[in-house]
Amino acid sequence: MRSFSYQRATDPDMAVQALGAAAASNNPLTKATAQPLAGGTTLIDLMKLDVMRPAAIVDINPLAHAWSAIEPGGDALRLGALAKMSDVAAHAEIQRSYPVIADSLKLAASAQLRNMATLGGNVMQRTRCNYFRDVSYENCNKRNPGSGCAAMDGVNRMHAVLGTSDQCIATYPGDFAQALIALDATVEITGKAGTRSMPFAQLHKAPGSTPDIETALQPGELISGFSIRGRWPRSVYLKARDRQSYEFALSSAAIALDVQDGTIRDARVALGGVATVPWRAREAEALLREQKFDEALAQRVADAAFADARGRRHNSFKIALGKRVVARALQQAVTMEI
Amino acid sequence: MSDKSSSRPSGFDRRAFMAGAAGSVLVPMTARAAAQDASAPVAQDPSLPVEVTLRVNGKEKHLHLDARTTVLDALREHLKLTGSKKGCDHGQCGACTVLIDDRRVVSCLTLALAAEGQEITTIEGLATDDRLHPMQQAFIDNDAFQCGYCTPGQIMSAVACVKEGHAGNEADIREYMSGNICRCAAYPNIVAAVKQAAPEIMKG
Repeated sequence: MRSFSYQRATDPDMAVQALGAAAASNNPLTKATAQPLAGGTTLIDLMKLDVMRPAAIVDINPLAHAWSAIEPGGDALRLGALAKMSDVAAHAEIQRSYPVIADSLKLAASAQLRNMATLGGNVMQRTRCNYFRDVSYENCNKRNPGSGCAAMDGVNRMHAVLGTSDQCIATYPGDFAQALIALDATVEITGKAGTRSMPFAQLHKAPGSTPDIETALQPGELISGFSIRGRWPRSVYLKARDRQSYEFALSSAAIALDVQDGTIRDARVALGGVATVPWRAREAEALLREQKFDEALAQRVADAAFADARGRRHNSFKIALGKRVVARALQQAVTMEI
Repeated sequence: MSDKSSSRPSGFDRRAFMAGAAGSVLVPMTARAAAQDASAPVAQDPSLPVEVTLRVNGKEKHLHLDARTTVLDALREHLKLTGSKKGCDHGQCGACTVLIDDRRVVSCLTLALAAEGQEITTIEGLATDDRLHPMQQAFIDNDAFQCGYCTPGQIMSAVACVKEGHAGNEADIREYMSGNICRCAAYPNIVAAVKQAAPEIMKG
């Protein structure tokens, strides 16, 4: 690991200032010379691999007293960015009113990592693409813009089939972000000019021609929290993977439904493990609205969700698998007891 | 080092034996020059060691560490508490699991500097006087290891698993112990050990 200076930020202004001081000459955020440290489960790992090379670490854990709220209100939910994955997953009201959130967190990583990792850090988690993580590969447009993509014709079994470009097919690896995007979450961002909010769906950037730019966050900005309107007791997170536990998704689905008298009034479908960014399947969910559920409808929704999918040599199986995951998750959401 | 946790019974010490047999094989972390933009905010000179006070198994330890030092390296290389093991060093295997403020974490991805002011409990801190912790005894009773390398991490994780309330049935134990990999695949016996120790630990 390269050496770095370490600084503890005891209030948000101090954190923003320390992170922003290096911002002017450093864009994008992923290459900023000052990086915030929360749980460290991505950052320290990638620093050991020499993929991330910050010269300064700003430890934002002292902000936890203000930024780790878990506040399910009557008809809204607020989550602080420094809340731990394990605490949110274990929260009884989250399990009751937002099972898709609780399950997306519970099914991620291991108990140890969930105790460390924060919600804000979780959505900023970097891809697990082996060519990105191994610096002995020169060709990675995410690490070295313009160098090419070793995964394109390489071992790409774990790679994305949706939202890809001719520059990058790296999968967004997280689970929780699919729950957030399905529930139309808002992300709260704290920076030099104060706090701003944006739809969570606008936080992540599809790779396009700039795979090194992963989010809309600027250097010197921090995620301080998330909010969600409404309650979603009829929601599920289904995750298919190579092992039963402690593994990234091959394909996952976050589903939230509002069913009244057998008719689906509102439907949300988001996909994980198959796309370059947290993926909302809006065309697919439109097919569900004002419909009565049956297996044929589930199949049409699943087909629509993957209509634009593009497989490569080793990952085409994800299209068939992903459709089955969507269909089964819908079935579970419709039949679950609430 | 005068505290009890680091004292060893006389006789065979595997680590001392290996260090002696192989010569001085313990190489400190190689410092690499920071080849980065110098415009970053500088809290301290990264080339100088930093003063850190860690609280380990109930005792305060004053150390001078390179800022890059993880809790795992601080324990093993600076405090000679070599019970916590370095497996993957990337948070994937669980061999380095310790408790920080009673929560299980992987010490290989935790910076020592970031753990200041928190209570670190390692495998060396579990036993009281001459009595093994119920989870340690359960691992012996159930033959829950072969090579033993993952065992300290398994035991620390298992203690937390029980206290979290995730040891109520075998399925839960398997799910919530999945962050600890056992290359020898002693899993059935590990599950049996956790089941055996759970009631005793919950009794307190």
